[in-house]
Amino acid sequence: MTRRQLITGLISLACAFVIFVIPFIFVFINASKSAAETARLSFALPQEWRFWQNLVEVVQARDYQLLLAYFNSIVITVGAITLLVIFGAMVGYVLQRRKSGWNKVIYGFVLAGLMMPPAVVPTIWVLQGLGLFKTLHGMILIQVAYGLGFCILLFRAFVSTIPRDLDEAAIVDGAKPWQVFFRVILPLMKPVTVTVIVVQSITIFNDFTHPLYYLPGKENVTVQLTLYNFQSQFVSQLNLLFMNILLVTIPPLLVFIFFNRQIVAGMTAGGVKG
Amino acid sequence: MRKRSPYPYWFVLPAAVIFTVLFLVPTIASFWFSLTNWDLFDASFIGFENYQQFFSEPFLLRGVVNTLFFAVLTSGAKTVLGLLLAVLLTSGMFAQGLQRSIVFFPVLVSTIGVGLLFTELMHPTEGVINLALGAVGIPGPGWLTNPKLALFSVAMVDIWRGVGLATLIYIAGLASISPDYYEAARIDGATRLQQFWRVTVPLVRPATTTVIILSLIGGLRLFDLIWAMTRGGPGFASDVLASVVYKQYQAGFYGLSTAGNVILFLLIAVLVVPLAFRFYRKEVDQ
Amino acid sequence: MKDRLFQTTALTAVFAVFGGALAAQEMTILVDNNPDTVAITEALTAAYTAKNPGVTWEVEARAGGAEGDNIVKTRLATGEMADVFNYNSGALLQALRPSRTLEPINDIPNFGNLLESYTQTVSDGDGNVYGVPHQAAMGGGILYHVPTYEQLGLEIPTTWEEFMANNAQIASETDKAPIIQTYRDTWTSQLFVLADYFNVQAEEPDFAAQYTNNESKYATTPAAKKGFDRLQSAFEAGYFNADFGAANYNDGLRMVATGSGVHYPMLTFSIAGIQQNHPEQLNDVGFFAQPGDSAEMNGLTVWMPSTYYVPKGGDHTDIAKDFVNFVASPDACDIIIEAVGASGPLLIKGCTLPDDVPTAVGDMMPYFEQDGRTAPALEFLSPVKGPALEQLTVEVGSGIRDAQSAAELYDRDVEKQAKQLRLPNW
Repeated sequence: MTRRQLITGLISLACAFVIFVIPFIFVFINASKSAAETARLSFALPQEWRFWQNLVEVVQARDYQLLLAYFNSIVITVGAITLLVIFGAMVGYVLQRRKSGWNKVIYGFVLAGLMMPPAVVPTIWVLQGLGLFKTLHGMILIQVAYGLGFCILLFRAFVSTIPRDLDEAAIVDGAKPWQVFFRVILPLMKPVTVTVIVVQSITIFNDFTHPLYYLPGKENVTVQLTLYNFQSQFVSQLNLLFMNILLVTIPPLLVFIFFNRQIVAGMTAGGVKG
Repeated sequence: MRKRSPYPYWFVLPAAVIFTVLFLVPTIASFWFSLTNWDLFDASFIGFENYQQFFSEPFLLRGVVNTLFFAVLTSGAKTVLGLLLAVLLTSGMFAQGLQRSIVFFPVLVSTIGVGLLFTELMHPTEGVINLALGAVGIPGPGWLTNPKLALFSVAMVDIWRGVGLATLIYIAGLASISPDYYEAARIDGATRLQQFWRVTVPLVRPATTTVIILSLIGGLRLFDLIWAMTRGGPGFASDVLASVVYKQYQAGFYGLSTAGNVILFLLIAVLVVPLAFRFYRKEVDQ
Repeated sequence: MKDRLFQTTALTAVFAVFGGALAAQEMTILVDNNPDTVAITEALTAAYTAKNPGVTWEVEARAGGAEGDNIVKTRLATGEMADVFNYNSGALLQALRPSRTLEPINDIPNFGNLLESYTQTVSDGDGNVYGVPHQAAMGGGILYHVPTYEQLGLEIPTTWEEFMANNAQIASETDKAPIIQTYRDTWTSQLFVLADYFNVQAEEPDFAAQYTNNESKYATTPAAKKGFDRLQSAFEAGYFNADFGAANYNDGLRMVATGSGVHYPMLTFSIAGIQQNHPEQLNDVGFFAQPGDSAEMNGLTVWMPSTYYVPKGGDHTDIAKDFVNFVASPDACDIIIEAVGASGPLLIKGCTLPDDVPTAVGDMMPYFEQDGRTAPALEFLSPVKGPALEQLTVEVGSGIRDAQSAAELYDRDVEKQAKQLRLPNW
């Protein structure tokens, strides 16, 4: 490393720190203060660290609403991801292996699903007709419908790296198509599956707009909705609002630390190969 | 008897059913409902009245204009800043990996959390940004309360949040450029700046297209950040199509809300889809 | 005659129940799931059962908002409504087509206890009255900081001019904000317009009817436009708190309770909020109606309470009507106050609030006690209400748009609502 690289690095690190890290430190400091101290927001360290008390208070607020919200969000995320992985992998597999005129049509829909805004009120109308409006399983299916495009693209790209000989050998051995897929192909797709799980779980966990439309009602709150609603409840207690922001920031931070590589792979996929 | 394919189409079925019922059907239905006076029980056909309303009522039209402004501004800034950051973050400088992570992390944080955080930082009298400006003698503006600034301030936060993804895509794009090109350019006596314009920019074109597509779609569809920071205010100053759609839905004007949705749909279809199709065709034909 | 007949039947029913001649009667009551409503309903039905041991009640809670509207409409239409149910008074009631679906209650013995300002919001064109209130009414006006008034020797203003003069004095003699505005919660920006309706009605008594018929407009009716004008003049005088664009409702409550601001245009349900957030300062906050042009015509714009109705054609209409008759009595008021506290006047004659009500509630009471000093808010008189009012008032209050243009845009905004409701003449 040249001296020049060291100096640029230090200057740039300082800038990155001010622009991207300081806001999060600000959240942490203010989440540890008393309500009176956060009334005037500042970087001054708290006179008395109340991190734990604030945490308990946020969790207990509104009859432990935050716990209910985490429960709902986790149910939605886990449910949707399970279906997305299985159904998305099935489509990606067939799409890559079987060449036919239908592929273009399927591709068109995949891209449309990736780009087009869902028609929200008509979707509510459909959900009501099916009895799925305001239900967690309805929300799960919605997330599946909106996430399929991304998953199919990723799975399809990965299937092309699996040699055809493998499935052909299994077919010769007399395996049925679903056995080939579930016993041979799916286990081989572990790396891309991890990527899909990580990226989609962050997307679904952070989703605010769709639960706002499709999942109204006090017993259906999700983490993002709770955060949004708390802003009006915690106005005179900014410390608790910041604690809440901190609590929704920590899960993606943990995921990021452990799955950095998969996230980077997933987020850049489908784009740059040209 | 025809031999059955080992890759049966019923594999597509579960995904197709969910996608059709929850995405395609509502999308197709939206074209009809946007032509009606609709309260979820009764829809009566009123022709293009909802669209007429959209383009004649100043505060609805404002949403359309703001959406375009916001999408172009944020996508342009993310493209330019993303490329510059990517070049910087591949130059082999000190703490490069750590800095990549720092720039990228905000992409993963909840938009609502980011929005609420910056709303506090941008408070006109007690926010840290204006207190800091005040400390050096500059009177800070009402970032989110000045109607001329509000949309711009939200755009800044969106760039802050999203530039990491653009950078990441560019880093991947830069990595795929063979060093031979730079070598050849150097032999021809090209300066660093010339190398950037003549080699880097043309050869990261695929990454540029990706960044533009992704950030345009994100910018046109943006709702959560606006809703967390200004709710379209003050007045209608930072209303975008997605926030107008939500407000009309809340007000019970389902037909009008759906018309807004269709307008957004058409905007994306006109602005982004041609770009995307040219780009992804290579992949389809692969 | 009819009254006496009813009394006789009701008495007979009651005697029969006391005599044990009838088997215990199970009644149902459908109410919205607001905790206050449920608490009140449970207290009232329990008290009724205590008096009439033969009648028991099952309280059924439903969703609120648009979904609740739909439940009520569907159950009325299909004849599956509970024996008694609660719903809004005012314009929304008309959407239930009361003359076809509801039982008039003009003949209950306590009918005379209902105030006329209330009954006109729960009646049809033929003078049939359909409901009895089970909550306190709210006033829309100005919360003010009492110690500042005392310190500066200010009088409660009865005209807009006096109000602005008070503001001028506050601005020149203190560093407090004369008027608090809180546009982060946009709904709070509408108060100067909505709470002005008493003054509109005083000048244009037919405004609501003509407005509903698409004959009168905000922009072309000077009396109606004044609410927008007043907001504009308050902004132009520079009387707002410095952070009015970023402050929210709770900030507003804090400012008026602690005196960093002096006037806060607001609905009186906010008194409960002050009680919760700033209990020590509760009695530092007073209340007066939004003043108009003339001191002779000074009165309060009122938000009417939610109401119990009896559906037509039920199996136990007599008991249901006896129940609402009980709710229209001073005894029932005491039960309501005990259940949820005193937040405002209960619109039943003979109801008394406890002596220790918050100052602002006490300030509001005299308006209700004199005839002609209250008027319902426009939304109780006309179903025509646009969704963009709160954005428009933010614009006027922030100096983005002038009053005239905001009134014109609001007139266009309400067209959507009128068309959606498929009102005639629109």
